[in-house]
Amino acid sequence: MPSIRELARICKSKNAGPFDLTIDIVFDDTALYQKVRASGVITEALFARLYGVSADDVLLTPYDAAMAIKATFPRLVPAGGIGDTDVYGCQQHAPLLDVEIPV
Amino acid sequence: MARAPHVIGVDGGSVDPGPYYLGAGVPFCSVMAIRRDLRLMLRAAIAARIPLMIGTSGGAGGAPHLELTARLVREIAAEEGLHFRLALIEAEPPRVELQRRLAAGRIRPLGKQPPLTAEALDRASRVVGMMGPEPFMEALDNGAQVILAGRASDPAPWAAAAIRAQLPPAPAWYAGKMLECGATPSIPKGHDCLLVTVREDGVECEPMNPIRRCTPLSIANHSLHENSSPIHHIEPGGMLDTSDCRFDALSDRAVRISGMRWTPASQYTVKLEGVEFAGHRCISICGTRDPLLIARLPLFLEEVRGIVREKAAAFGVAPESYALIIRTYGLDGVMGAREPVQQVAGHEVGFVIEVIAETPEIAAAVLGIARTNMLHTDFPGRLCREGNMAFPFSPSDIPVGPVYRFSIHHVLELDNPCEIFPITYEEI
Repeated sequence: MPSIRELARICKSKNAGPFDLTIDIVFDDTALYQKVRASGVITEALFARLYGVSADDVLLTPYDAAMAIKATFPRLVPAGGIGDTDVYGCQQHAPLLDVEIPV
Repeated sequence: MARAPHVIGVDGGSVDPGPYYLGAGVPFCSVMAIRRDLRLMLRAAIAARIPLMIGTSGGAGGAPHLELTARLVREIAAEEGLHFRLALIEAEPPRVELQRRLAAGRIRPLGKQPPLTAEALDRASRVVGMMGPEPFMEALDNGAQVILAGRASDPAPWAAAAIRAQLPPAPAWYAGKMLECGATPSIPKGHDCLLVTVREDGVECEPMNPIRRCTPLSIANHSLHENSSPIHHIEPGGMLDTSDCRFDALSDRAVRISGMRWTPASQYTVKLEGVEFAGHRCISICGTRDPLLIARLPLFLEEVRGIVREKAAAFGVAPESYALIIRTYGLDGVMGAREPVQQVAGHEVGFVIEVIAETPEIAAAVLGIARTNMLHTDFPGRLCREGNMAFPFSPSDIPVGPVYRFSIHHVLELDNPCEIFPITYEEI
């Protein structure tokens, strides 16, 4: 079964303000994007499991115009706070890469 | 410049590099780099008789950041013989003014922040307000050609220019969103200029460096940048709704975006950003190449932590008065507690040993104990009896300076978008 690293053109994380992390998965083919969405794999529950947050704290927004799925949830530690590991939040995407999607 | 732009704009900063720069009042970029960029833009803007507008000057947009940028602009203008009307827009309101507005109930929390208290406001090392386009427009109305602003919404300088030119707010704000990171909406990603043309019903983006191209994918990617929602972008004075945007290639290197909408807010608000002092940091960097140590790393680190606790207490430093963090690169240095991989796969492991304490002296003292014990603590089966760690530097212990934390992330209601952003003018 193909994984996100094989299907997506972009899979990235970044701060959305100092307290939230936002993750984008972007495709470059409408049919593929629709199939990924229809697979039901990319859900609030997926991010909750991979990142140890409550599903209620995950804001999941598909953005058809950009063939993208965005998920935003709280950072573990506010950016640059004591114990933060990633001030820009740009290296938190890796657990998604191996998520398999039946398309 | 041959394309005859009507304005040169810069988003000069962000909270992205963390709380330090706002707290310490220093720039994120080097003075040499800021001077170089300012010189290029000042020469071009004055020669073309167009405005140059910089938001979030000096990296964080506080008073010292604005003053530094203004000083560099004055020096460059004198060296180059440039003359213009300079406007400085301040974004660091007096604390007493913010206290008055807090007491009047006009400051609200953003997201999951707790309500702001008078104590937290007093404790903050620095607080800035994030202006919208209106103060830029006022400075343009008053004849300024070079406008340096403190903290500003990233798209504000360009939104100001386009709205003042009678274009609708939706494409005006969208243009600013595309321009806030320079050529970032193009591929290959790089750090130079983007030309955006704002029209009644959309914007057109094209990178100026011939090696780059804007494609519908590169634009779509940037449209997701640093926002919690890809479709609703809250700005001072309203909301940019991008749900029905279309990205159409105009050529193999230019893209047209249309379909954005703007919904004015019933109450004008600006974001307040503040940071407070959290201690002094001292760090040491080292690594191990010893497979016997790597095999029992968690136990080893726990033992080191225990020894530090004991020895620091022996010279009167209680465990609650410092934070000791041992960052383990090769295991979970990047993701911390969210790292799903729990085993070291590589042959070497890197460490950043970090202590944060109330004074630099305590931080250095506790770090010294931690560094010594990372190097010399025995473990069962140890063969490397001269030392466990390779230290790349002498001195091994590096005082990093003050540490800050974000403490204010709230919105302030305003009756007039310019009322906390005073503007002063100078003839250069």
